[in-house]
Amino acid sequence: MARLTINGKSTDLNVDPNTPLLWALREQAGLTGTKYGCGIAQCGACTVHVDGQAVRSCVLPVSGVEGKQVTTIEGLAAGGVLHKVQQAWLEHDVPQCGYCQAGMIMAVAALLRDKPQPTDADIDTTITNICRCGTFQQVREAIHAAARA
Amino acid sequence: MRTDTPTINRRSFIIGTAAVSGGLALGLRIPLGGEVAHAQDSAPEVTAWVVIRPDDTVVVRIARSEMGQGTLTGLAQMVAEELECDWAKVTTEYPTPGESVKRKRVWGDFSTGGSRGIRTSHDYVRKGGATARTMLIQAAADAWGVPASECKAANSVITHQPSGRTVTYGKVASAAAKLTPPADVVLKDPQDWKLIGKPLKRLDTINKLTGAQVYGADLKLPGMLNATIKDCPVFGGKVKSFETTKVQGMPGVRHVLQVGDSAVAVVADTWWQAKTALDALPVVWDEGPNAMVSSATIAELLQTGLGADQAFVANQNGDVKTAMAGATKQVDAVYAYPFLNHAPMEPMNATARYTAERCEVWTPTQNGEAAFAATMEASGLPADKCEVYKIHIGGGFGRRGAAHDYVTQAVLIAKQIPGTPVKLLWSREEDMTHGRYHPVTQCRLVGAFDASNNLTGLHMRISGQSILSAVRPEALQQGRDPLVFQGLNPSGEFALGYSVPNLLIDHAMRNTHVPPGFWRGVNINQNAIYLECFIDELAHAAGQDALEFRRKLMSKHPKHLAVLNAVAERAGWGTPAPQGVYRGLAQMMSFNSYVAACAEISVIDGNKVKVHRIVGATDPGYAVNPAQIERQIAGSFVYGLSALFMQECTVKDGRIVQENFHTFDSMRIAQMPKVESIIMPSGGFWGGIGEPTICVAAPAVLNAFFNATGRRIRSFPLKHHGIQLV
Repeated sequence: MARLTINGKSTDLNVDPNTPLLWALREQAGLTGTKYGCGIAQCGACTVHVDGQAVRSCVLPVSGVEGKQVTTIEGLAAGGVLHKVQQAWLEHDVPQCGYCQAGMIMAVAALLRDKPQPTDADIDTTITNICRCGTFQQVREAIHAAARA
Repeated sequence: MRTDTPTINRRSFIIGTAAVSGGLALGLRIPLGGEVAHAQDSAPEVTAWVVIRPDDTVVVRIARSEMGQGTLTGLAQMVAEELECDWAKVTTEYPTPGESVKRKRVWGDFSTGGSRGIRTSHDYVRKGGATARTMLIQAAADAWGVPASECKAANSVITHQPSGRTVTYGKVASAAAKLTPPADVVLKDPQDWKLIGKPLKRLDTINKLTGAQVYGADLKLPGMLNATIKDCPVFGGKVKSFETTKVQGMPGVRHVLQVGDSAVAVVADTWWQAKTALDALPVVWDEGPNAMVSSATIAELLQTGLGADQAFVANQNGDVKTAMAGATKQVDAVYAYPFLNHAPMEPMNATARYTAERCEVWTPTQNGEAAFAATMEASGLPADKCEVYKIHIGGGFGRRGAAHDYVTQAVLIAKQIPGTPVKLLWSREEDMTHGRYHPVTQCRLVGAFDASNNLTGLHMRISGQSILSAVRPEALQQGRDPLVFQGLNPSGEFALGYSVPNLLIDHAMRNTHVPPGFWRGVNINQNAIYLECFIDELAHAAGQDALEFRRKLMSKHPKHLAVLNAVAERAGWGTPAPQGVYRGLAQMMSFNSYVAACAEISVIDGNKVKVHRIVGATDPGYAVNPAQIERQIAGSFVYGLSALFMQECTVKDGRIVQENFHTFDSMRIAQMPKVESIIMPSGGFWGGIGEPTICVAAPAVLNAFFNATGRRIRSFPLKHHGIQLV
């Protein structure tokens, strides 16, 4: 059993404490927006926020987030209003297959909170998610657009 | 013509509406009773392609699969163009393969590969829209008691022109659905298109931004169990034994099963429990003779083909032997291209529910009909007892088209637990080591010059794997695999863009036990590198400019030349590049489109490559959605350059060595060049979009690398030469 706060709600999950947060979110909390891509923190498809920091949830045991605030892609839009990153993604028609985009958006949302006006160099060092469709050109444009929003 | 309510399956209806309305509780609304349900609102099907609801919503049926490439939006544009409907009211849904079988393949081919989604269905999907428009107008005219010729449709509204009366599509759709469709309809002249050719936004974006989009890996069915699988690491090997007792008491574990003769699966309450148990399960394999095979033995096998007497000929004119014998100068080079995994972000998966009466499969597939065939075969049930529901795909790139091994496995698992839906999801490691790999080839090229530095002969000998011999042997032509020669044929949709007086292009087939598959671009990837880098080598040997040298060989290939000229002009070929920046060119004809690229790179410390910019051009005949074409050009460059710089699947002891992205890396945003697209549709033919441009990025960068360093790299990936993409 683990108690954590997911998207603002205190949640008890009936799960082995060694289970990666990714799988606790997907299989116990029913939040499948966070994706499994590699399981070894290489691709970033599983990125969520833990106490505001972008983390790769596939290698983080759920025991490590007990009592912490977890935000997933499902919790990013507040009160039904898209987050400015989601809005920019919509306007720039960013996703192709879309599978990596939840992780990408969560990574970008954390970047913009830390650096509201990121340079291209900031983007290059911070956003290291894999996108096999190759949406990077639209991702970069949309990050700058979200920063201006 | 059907006069009853449409028999579209509830499952596909829900997927279709979920894609636009957002957040329907997919898992809870899937009927498990097995019967085919009618659309919830019984909305009338005007034609097989067009359903119109009373609120004027237009549901366009899409037989091909959306996997990110934009075909769903493009195909909807095609139908909507002729339907004359309000684009804002358009949504889409996938018909199911089982429905297609029942209705005599009314939606045609479901296969989504070879960049064929639009180019091989444009005619009949547009007719589906035009037929519906004609019937809607007729229904309105009948209701008004006026001739249909006095009525016009635009933006989902029919107007009786003399009286000015109007009615919307939703109001007359039911009556229209009861009419006999016209025998033939006339399609619009392309110059009258209003939607085709417009850079419209995709129809399937919003749910991908909120986590609401359900991919195959996300599917949940009531009572569902989760499985993961380990197939023999050596292709062709078998399971010898496994110790169920070691894991059966682990949390959540329900079943430990052999699957076919080569795989073992654990079925548990959750996937993580299944994975944990499978990792702990001792399995003994009978690896068989393939365990002796390695990358080195495969390379040796391929080398025997480079000089072999026997080879299949694809393109021949003049007499290459005589040209070589009489040459003043010869240039000779050997290239090699490795195995590659598709590595889509979403690992292979399928959910199956089996009873003796019915087998249902939910899966992300590029070919619903092939998934259906795999379901029938694995279940042993006839077509009328099988159904496949296509789920949104987290990347395909060819892996989910020809081979449905993951569907077969899911059904074989479900068959051992009748009545219980089971979701099989592969680990990334399973995905990497059980792919259908980009085929491995080598190529020897010899060019002959006369005393005036004219290219008099070219022999291109490809040695290596044939995809068709493994995947579709019935498609071989007297043993010859025509797909090997993509981009090198004398004519057709993969035509060579050069005229050489004495030419021979042939293939010595050398197959291995590593299963090949269609990897985005297929054989055009290596053929473009072989041809376009060697053409650069020839230009260099002749002391001529790479563009001018090509132009002399391309006078009879104006469309090839037009795209090459376009990128050269945009990039400023022939004018000084910025300090430290070097350019490289490539062109090809690929999937019936003409494509070219000019890359601009700089090289730091001799081995760190920065690709600053790639200008890419395509002439696909018609450009249905330029915004999506731009994205496919840039995305294809990412896929192609990731392979060029970073990726190889090597073979050791008969198995694939690379198990995850740490050893099979992929480009990140920091490495992304600026991609400038030139979309120059010349009309009169239909070319592909998703794949064609992938092939020109690599040779353009390699040619620029030679111009920067004087080093000609002929085997890949570049990381093996100490070269990094930065």
